Amino acid sequence: MRKLTLAVLLALVAVPAGAQVRLNGAGATFPNIIYQNWILTYNQKFDNVEINYQSIGSGGGIRQFSDKTVDFGGTDAPMSDSAIAAIQGNVLHIPTVLGAVVPTYNLPGLSAAVKFTPDVLADIFLGKITKWNDARLASVNQGLALPNQDVIVVHRSDGSGTTYVWVDYLTKISPEWAQKVGRGTSVNWPVGLGGRGNEGVAATVRQTPGAIGYVEIGYALINKMSFGQVRNKAGNFITPALESVTAAAEGAMADMGPSTDFRVSITDPRGAQAYPVASFTWLLVRKQYPDAPKARELAKFIWWSLTEGQAQAPKLGYAPLPKAMVPWIEARLRTITAGGKAVWTAAR
Amino acid sequence: MDGGAVTLLPLPNYPRTVIRLRGFLTVAVRYTAVTNRPYVSRSMTTVPTERITPPATAPEPKRRWRLGGWRLLRGPNPADRLYRVVLTGLALVLPLLLVVLVAELTVSAWPAVRRFGPAFLWTSVWDPVAEVYGAAPMIFGTLASSLLALLIAVPLALGTAIFLTEFAPGWLRRPVAFLVELLAAIPSVVYGLWGIFVLIPFLRSYVVPPLKAALGWTPFFSGVFYGNSLLAGGIILAIMIVPYIAAVGREVLQAVPSSQREAAVGMGATRWEAVWTVIVPYGRAGLIGAVILGLGRALGETMAVTMLIGNRHDIGLSVLQPAYTMAAAIANEFTEATTDLYLAALFEVGLVLFVITVTVNALARLLIWRVARGTAVGSRAL
Repeated sequence: MRKLTLAVLLALVAVPAGAQVRLNGAGATFPNIIYQNWILTYNQKFDNVEINYQSIGSGGGIRQFSDKTVDFGGTDAPMSDSAIAAIQGNVLHIPTVLGAVVPTYNLPGLSAAVKFTPDVLADIFLGKITKWNDARLASVNQGLALPNQDVIVVHRSDGSGTTYVWVDYLTKISPEWAQKVGRGTSVNWPVGLGGRGNEGVAATVRQTPGAIGYVEIGYALINKMSFGQVRNKAGNFITPALESVTAAAEGAMADMGPSTDFRVSITDPRGAQAYPVASFTWLLVRKQYPDAPKARELAKFIWWSLTEGQAQAPKLGYAPLPKAMVPWIEARLRTITAGGKAVWTAAR
Repeated sequence: MDGGAVTLLPLPNYPRTVIRLRGFLTVAVRYTAVTNRPYVSRSMTTVPTERITPPATAPEPKRRWRLGGWRLLRGPNPADRLYRVVLTGLALVLPLLLVVLVAELTVSAWPAVRRFGPAFLWTSVWDPVAEVYGAAPMIFGTLASSLLALLIAVPLALGTAIFLTEFAPGWLRRPVAFLVELLAAIPSVVYGLWGIFVLIPFLRSYVVPPLKAALGWTPFFSGVFYGNSLLAGGIILAIMIVPYIAAVGREVLQAVPSSQREAAVGMGATRWEAVWTVIVPYGRAGLIGAVILGLGRALGETMAVTMLIGNRHDIGLSVLQPAYTMAAAIANEFTEATTDLYLAALFEVGLVLFVITVTVNALARLLIWRVARGTAVGSRAL
């Protein structure tokens, strides 16, 4: 028995010793669950590479990527032009999966999901609609007995990509929001309470009658929270679901074009079935790496996660990328160089 | 023994007959309560109470301060010298750490300090999109929530400490003390969760309606109660600091010599009178210290507060409204602070929090010195 334990221990020690390439990454917390899953699965197939991803937040990811402390970064909000200029443009944004943000509320006893139009959502979060039985809410929710209750806005108190996507959407659809508040990972909220993390917002909403907040779609689905429908550009009320999020990316592709740098916001896209509050999450990789084996293994891993890895997304609460987008990303991965030479082509 | 100070010899055990006279005791207890020194009457005892002058010795050679540092390296033998150097080094590490910390905070905060100047302290817009930062609501929220916590925790904790040392039967003392101290072992995130799921619903249904009915006309209880509020944050803080104040308070009260108690009770004081005229005044420096320890913890507490206080950059007198604290803001926003100025503003918040904590502690020390002048029980430990 002891010998067996020893053998197992030795085997455990021996596996990392076999790894020749070690890739370190850090960044966004939102995709952490699927990244860790990918890393685990990938490692079982290819044990010559050891990948590390630390979920320290998008801001920290961008900072560490820019300081070259990590080989790749992760972010929920694309880098700004000035941040890219600061590192001489040596960055590629690679979308990996899609996330969406859904409005969740606490109104017990309603027979159906509440429908929100974009302008109603903006005015709720601007503090201009203060009662649930407001005429504008009632007119799109006919047949639903909305109570005469105060609307209590709950938002994220910590800086987060979830907030970025939510306010990015509000900025697009409401000129007043754009002018008064704007977009960012944390903003100066006109009204409301702050909850820490998805779980903080969810708990506050659950405990506060009449509250409305926004959470990550995966979190809402896994915790079976009640969330509302949002009207998209095409005029349809869409129930948030992973398929409608992928549809949003499909709808946005027409506006992006194949030569895009992927630093685009896909909120409020075209598409009849597109859920409008959706976003990519990105990996940040360099255009030029000093170390060819590292660059090659990184490109291989990303390619694997965009093809085989996508199958893991739905059960973990993430929406997969549209299939049509993968060749666009492949073209971008091919441009990664080390010492002036391309490091990777997709093995077919 | 250092020359010059008044030195009183320890009192021998008096025969009971000596402590017979009530008049003497009255004087003794009053004397003790006022000066914090044991009373020794010359007429009642044969103990010499005169100042003891040390035998005349040759005057100590003048210390050469300039070479003070080098003295460490001189010594009778190498092992001794090494020992001294190592210990001195260890003792200097912590102050050095403090200096480095302040320097680092200041350097990192500098862009924000230069951009906003002192107005950072009294402006209240916190807008990461427009890159305008003012910390007034957080400074207010930190002080207000800590003050509210003290208001609730001090009577509770001191009451517990007094009960445990003076009134509790022996079999109850240890279990209750243990349970109170166990409160300190609960992680603050658990307090936060408990606050969201138990405390806030309780406040909403049982505490706030009567409070509003009785005191709703004052500015302190106006507005709508949403749950997450200064009140909820203050109460959770109070619960978290009670074990600290109670534990230290208990130690302090236990250190009050039993002669004090016996004297007070012996002269006919009730339990209540003994506690409030003799025991608590005797330990007041230590008790203030206990409260300050609690305050220090309340100022810096992060997780539980951020889960309950509502995280709103707002200054309002009403405890029913949401607020924000400095520690919560740093914890919330640090990870996603993408621009340099944003980061610097958060560092400046940290610096302000540091300065406030140091100031509070310095004021507390001053208070203790003024109250007790270094003589009361427990004051030396502070």
